[in-house]
Amino acid sequence: MKPAPFDYHAPRQLKEAAELLAKLPNAKVLAGGQSLVPMMNFRYVIVDHLVDLNGLDELRGIVVGDGRLRIGAMTRQRDIETSPEIQRLCPLMAEALRHVGHRQTRNRGTIGGSLAHADPAAELPAVCAAHDAIVHVASVRGIRQIAFHEFGSGFMATSLAPDEMIAAIDLQLWRQGHGYGFHEFARRQGDFALAGAVALLDIGADNVVRRAGLTLFGIATSPVRVEAAEARLTGQPLDASAIRAASAAARQTEPISDIHASGEYRRHLAQVLSSRALNDAAQRAGVQA
Amino acid sequence: MGRQAARMNVNGKSYARVIDARLTLADFLRHEINLTGTHVGCEHGVCGACTVLVDGRTARSCLMFAVQANGCEVTTVEGLTPEGKLSVLQQAFIDNHGLQCGFCTPGMLITLTELLRDTPDPSEQEVREALTGNLCRCTGYAGIVAAALDAARRLRDADKQETT
Amino acid sequence: MGAKHFGARVTRLEDPALLAGRGRFVDDVKLPGALHACFVRSPHAHAKLVSIDSKVALIMPGVHAVITAADLPDSMRTRRLPLLLPNPALATTKTQHPLARDEVCYVGQAVAVVIADTRYIAEDAAAAMIVQYDVLPAISDCRTAAEDNAPHVHGDLSSNVAASFRMAYGDTDAAFADAAHVFTEGLWQHRGGGMAMETRAVLASHDPASDLLTVWSGTQTPHLGRQALADLLDRDLQSIRMIAPDVGGGFGPKAIFYPEEAVIPAAALKVARPVKWIEDRREHFLCATQERDQYWEMSIAVDDDAQILGVRGRMLHDTGAYVPWGIVMPYIASTTVPGPYVVPAYQLDTTVMLTNKVPTTPVRGAGRPQAVFAMERLLDRVARELNIDRTEVRRRNLIQPEQMPYEVGLLFRDGKPLVYDSGDYPRVQEKALELADYDGFRERRRAALDEGRFIGIGIANYVEGTGLGPFEGVTVRVLASGKIVVATGATNQGQGTRTTLSQIIAEQTGCRLDDIVMTIGDTGAIAQGVGAFASRQAVNAGSSALVAGQAVRKQLVALAARTLDVPESEIDLDDGQATSRRGNKPSIGFGDLARLAQGIPGVSLPAGQAAGLEHTAYYTPSQAAYCSGTHVVEVQVDAMTGGVKILRYTVAHDAGRVINPLIVDGQVQGGVAHGIGNALLEWMQYDANAQPLTTSFADYMLPMATDVPTCAIAHVEIVNPLNPLGVKGAGEGGTIPAPAAIISAIEDALTPFGVHFAETPLTPERIVAAMRAAGAYERLFAA
Repeated sequence: MKPAPFDYHAPRQLKEAAELLAKLPNAKVLAGGQSLVPMMNFRYVIVDHLVDLNGLDELRGIVVGDGRLRIGAMTRQRDIETSPEIQRLCPLMAEALRHVGHRQTRNRGTIGGSLAHADPAAELPAVCAAHDAIVHVASVRGIRQIAFHEFGSGFMATSLAPDEMIAAIDLQLWRQGHGYGFHEFARRQGDFALAGAVALLDIGADNVVRRAGLTLFGIATSPVRVEAAEARLTGQPLDASAIRAASAAARQTEPISDIHASGEYRRHLAQVLSSRALNDAAQRAGVQA
Repeated sequence: MGRQAARMNVNGKSYARVIDARLTLADFLRHEINLTGTHVGCEHGVCGACTVLVDGRTARSCLMFAVQANGCEVTTVEGLTPEGKLSVLQQAFIDNHGLQCGFCTPGMLITLTELLRDTPDPSEQEVREALTGNLCRCTGYAGIVAAALDAARRLRDADKQETT
Repeated sequence: MGAKHFGARVTRLEDPALLAGRGRFVDDVKLPGALHACFVRSPHAHAKLVSIDSKVALIMPGVHAVITAADLPDSMRTRRLPLLLPNPALATTKTQHPLARDEVCYVGQAVAVVIADTRYIAEDAAAAMIVQYDVLPAISDCRTAAEDNAPHVHGDLSSNVAASFRMAYGDTDAAFADAAHVFTEGLWQHRGGGMAMETRAVLASHDPASDLLTVWSGTQTPHLGRQALADLLDRDLQSIRMIAPDVGGGFGPKAIFYPEEAVIPAAALKVARPVKWIEDRREHFLCATQERDQYWEMSIAVDDDAQILGVRGRMLHDTGAYVPWGIVMPYIASTTVPGPYVVPAYQLDTTVMLTNKVPTTPVRGAGRPQAVFAMERLLDRVARELNIDRTEVRRRNLIQPEQMPYEVGLLFRDGKPLVYDSGDYPRVQEKALELADYDGFRERRRAALDEGRFIGIGIANYVEGTGLGPFEGVTVRVLASGKIVVATGATNQGQGTRTTLSQIIAEQTGCRLDDIVMTIGDTGAIAQGVGAFASRQAVNAGSSALVAGQAVRKQLVALAARTLDVPESEIDLDDGQATSRRGNKPSIGFGDLARLAQGIPGVSLPAGQAAGLEHTAYYTPSQAAYCSGTHVVEVQVDAMTGGVKILRYTVAHDAGRVINPLIVDGQVQGGVAHGIGNALLEWMQYDANAQPLTTSFADYMLPMATDVPTCAIAHVEIVNPLNPLGVKGAGEGGTIPAPAAIISAIEDALTPFGVHFAETPLTPERIVAAMRAAGAYERLFAA
C-alpha cells in the first residue's frame, strides 16, 4: 500500500501556497494527513502534486474576537483540545474533540483538514454547524467567506474549488453560561460515530429557552440542524415533554444507510442521542428538565 | 518525479538523505537508516505499530512522508532504550507480561512515553483511553495496562526520591 | 530436585530484544541486492483468466521481471498447493495453483507477480499490468451455494458441495420421540480473521555455490512449508532451508502454506537475486485465510429435570473456494458440541459448501467456538423454558470426575476415539462462579436497575482437544563452551516458546537459564518438525524437552561421576555445575564435561560412555489432551443504543500442569480479547458478488484497550496422565466459550424485554432491532 508518485511542495506562506494550487495540475493540499494519506496509500486518491501546508505558521492559532473565536485552519486538533480559550468560551468543542480519533491523530490532524474532508460522521463539522461557523477560504483570488450551512455540497464534498483552501474558521459564540450537550454513538472509542447529536441551549428566566440549537451528525451526508426541534424548543419553558418532542423531531431527519448502520437504526439513534444531548445541555444551563 | 532532500534528527543523531517524496517516514526509518524497531502493520493509520515521536508528539509514521520531518526531532523505540540496559517502562513490560509477539510493542512504548510524560499519575481508564490508538492482537491489553501503571508508580517514586 | 523453574512466573527471555526494537521479523532481514515483489490480484470473485499483458510494466525503470503461471518452473506450473488433511468425506480435493492458470475463484487470487527495485515501483508496475477477465457469476453466501441451479463456484465442478458427513452416536430418534421437552434454535456465527499485527512475509534467497535455497517466512509451520516447497520445486529437502524468525502473531492463518510461499522462492531462482515480499494489510484482508459463516439448526431433548436426552441438528459451513486443510474445522466443530456434558445420543449432519471467497482454515478456536455457542445457547434455552437457573442446568449435566477417562462416542480429528483423559468440570465451574461472585449478582442487578441500568451475567463451558500430534522434537546438546544448544521444530508467534522450553530444560539438566541458546522454527536446526496450531506445542515440544533434558541429565551425571570418581547418586546438577555431595565437594562444569565427552582423536571412549552430551527426542502423543474451562461474564447493555460494555470477566480453566503462569494467563487474556471481538465486533463482510466490503481496520473492528477488561483467572491443575509433563494446551481456551458467555449475559441483561439472541457478532443495531420488535421502545421512549 504505497502511494503513487507525486511532486512535493512545501510553501512557507499562504500566498505561495495559493499560487501553487492555482497553477499545478491535479494538486491537493496536505494538512494533518490523517485522512488524505491513507487514501493515497490505498491509491483511492492519486495526486501529481502535493502542497504541504504544515509550514504555514500564519494559518495556526486561536484568536478571540467580538462574539467569535477565529481558529486557523492548520491549528492542530490537540492544540484546540487543550486551549484555555476553547475550554472557557466553547466547551462543546473541547468535549467533541475527546471523541475525535486518538491522541496520535489529534497531534497531527487539523480543523481545516477535518472540514475539507467532510466525513458525514466527523465531529468537528458538527460543532461548526452548531455554531453557525463562517469558513474563510483562500485562493489566488483572495479570501472569501462561506456560511457553514452552504459549505457542504454532498457526500464527502464541499463547495471548495480545486484551487481553494480553508484559511480559518470563525465560531459564533453563545452567551457565557449557555448549556451544551454532546453525545455520539460509536462502536469503539475514537471511531467515527454511527450517529451523534450536539445541543446548545441558552435559557433565560422562568426556564424559558431563549435560543436552542440541535445538530445531528452521522445521520445525513453532512451535519444537519434540526430546525423543527429548535423551533419547538425556542420561546417555551424547558421541560421533559419539550425535550421528548424535540427528540422525536430529530427522528424525522432523512438518514444514510451503509454497512455500519441502516437508516432505520440511525433514525433511532438520532432520537436517543438528541434526548441525551438536550438533557445534558439543560443540566449545564442549570435547569432540571 | 519528486526526489527530495530529507534532513532530520533521529534519536539525537542527524541524518541527511535524498529520497523519493513519497517515501513514508516509517519506510525511511526502517530501510533508509536501518532502524527496524518501528513496525508497519496497516499503512492506513489505525493499528499504531508505526507510532514514533515527532518533536515530542506521537505520530503515525505510516501517514507522514519522510520529507515532512525535515528539521524535526524524531524519536523511535531505539531512542527510548538507554545504552546497555532497559528503561523503567521497558522493565515494567517485562515484569507485567506486557508483550507476546512484540510487533505492536514499540508503538505501545512510544504512546505510553507521551502519556506518562504528560500525565504522571494516570488512572486505569486514562491508560486504556490513551492506548486506543494502538492495537494488540496477542495480549488482550491487560499486561500493557499493568505495565503502564506500574511504570508510572515507579517513576513517581523515583522523582520523589530525587526531590527529597 | 526442586521445582525452581517449572511452574514459576519466569519473566520471558524473548522480551529484552523485542522491547529495545531489536526483534528480527522477516522484513527486518536485509539481504544485499534484494528485490521486492508485488502480486497482481484478481478484482473479481469468479472469472476466466483470459490474458495478461505485462508490456508496459516490463519497460518501467526499476522493474526486473513479471512472472505469470506460464513463467513458473515446469514442476510448479501445473501443480496445486498441498492438501494437508485428506478425508474420505471430501467430494473435491481442489487447492490453488501457485499462480492462477485459467480461472480465478476469489477476489485477491494471485495471477502474476512483479519483481522490482522497491515495493513502491513494483506497485506502480502492477497497476500498469493489463489483465483480461471474462467475469463469471460468483457465489457469496453458502446458503445460496446449496440451492438448486446455483452458479458453480468452480467452472469444472458441477456441485458446490465440498463435503457432507454425519457425526453420530446413540439413538437420537428414540431420545427425541420420548422426550418431555424438545427445543430448537437456529444459530448463525461468523468468526472473521486471525488478524495478526504483522502481515504475511516471504524472503527467498538462493546461493548458487551450495545450491541452498533459504526462505524466511512468517509462518507457524516452517517444516511443513519446506516439504510443500520441495514438492513444488522438485528439489531435495536438504537443498531448502525454511526459517520462521520472529513472527508477529499467528493465530491460525499463518499455519497454512500459501501460494506466495511457492512463488517468491521461484522468483528468486528465476532472477538469481534475493526476492522479498511483504504483504500489505489490504492483501491480508483479501488473501489471508479466515473462518467465516456457519448456520446451525439444533434441537435438544430433555426430561422434566433438565437432564439431556439427546442433541441433534444440521450445520452448513462456508469453506471458501479451496480446501487446503480439508474439512478439519467443521469436523472439529461437530465433535465439540457435546462438550463437558453427558449427552446420551447425538447426531449432526454437516454440509461444507464452496463459495467464491478466500479459503477457510482454522483461526484461534478452529470451529470450537461455534460448537460451544450452539450447545450453550441450547442449555440457556432449556433453563429459560423450564425456569431453572442456567448454572444449575449445566451442573446437572456435567460429566463427573469419577467418569474419567470419558469416552464420548465419536472419532476426533486426531484420528483417535474422542476420550477425555482427565478433568473435573464441576469443580472448574464452581471455581469460576465463586471467583465471579455469581451469588452476589442478584443484588448487583437490583442496584443497577434502581439506577436505570441493565446488567446481565452469562456462563459458558468448553472442552478442547489440544496437544495434537504427530510430534514435535527437541534436541539438547551441551557444548564445550558450557552453552546448552537447543533446537526444536516448535515455533513462536508470541506464545513464549523459548521461555517455556528453557524452563523445562533448565529444570531437568540443572543448567542456567541464560546458558541456553535455542533455535526455533528453523528447518536447518532439526530434521523433523510440524509447527504451531491446535494449542499443541506445550504438550508436544514440552514433553520432548523433558525427555531430552532427562536423557542429557543422565549423561551429565554419569560422566561427572566417572570423572570425579564418586557414585552417581552423589552428584547434584545445578547452575551449570556437576557437584559431588561428599568430601570437599569437588565439581566440574558442564562445558568441561562436554569437552571430555568429545574424547581424544584416535582413543577409544571408556566403556559405557556415549559420544558427546546430547539427545534428540520426538515425543508422540497417543491422543489429544483435553483441557476445559468455564467463563462467567458480566455486561451492561444500553437498552436505547444497543451498546454493550463488559464489566467483569472471569475464567476458571484446567490446562493441566502450568509451566509458566505468567505466560498461560497471557494466553487466556489474549484469547478472551479475541472472543470479545467475535462476540461483538468482528465481521468480514462480502457483497452479493463475493466482493469483500471490510478491507481495512476502519471497517473490520478489532477490540481496543477500552473494550477488553482484565480477566480474573483461576487455574485448576488436573494433571494430564498421558504425557510426561502433565500439561494440556492453553492457547485457544480464552476464545472458545467467550461469545457464548457474552451473548448469554446480554440476553440476561435484557430479560425485562424478553429478547433472545442466537448470533455472533451481535451488533448494537441487531439488539435495537430485537428490542423494537418486542415493543420495548413504546415504553422506553415514554420514560
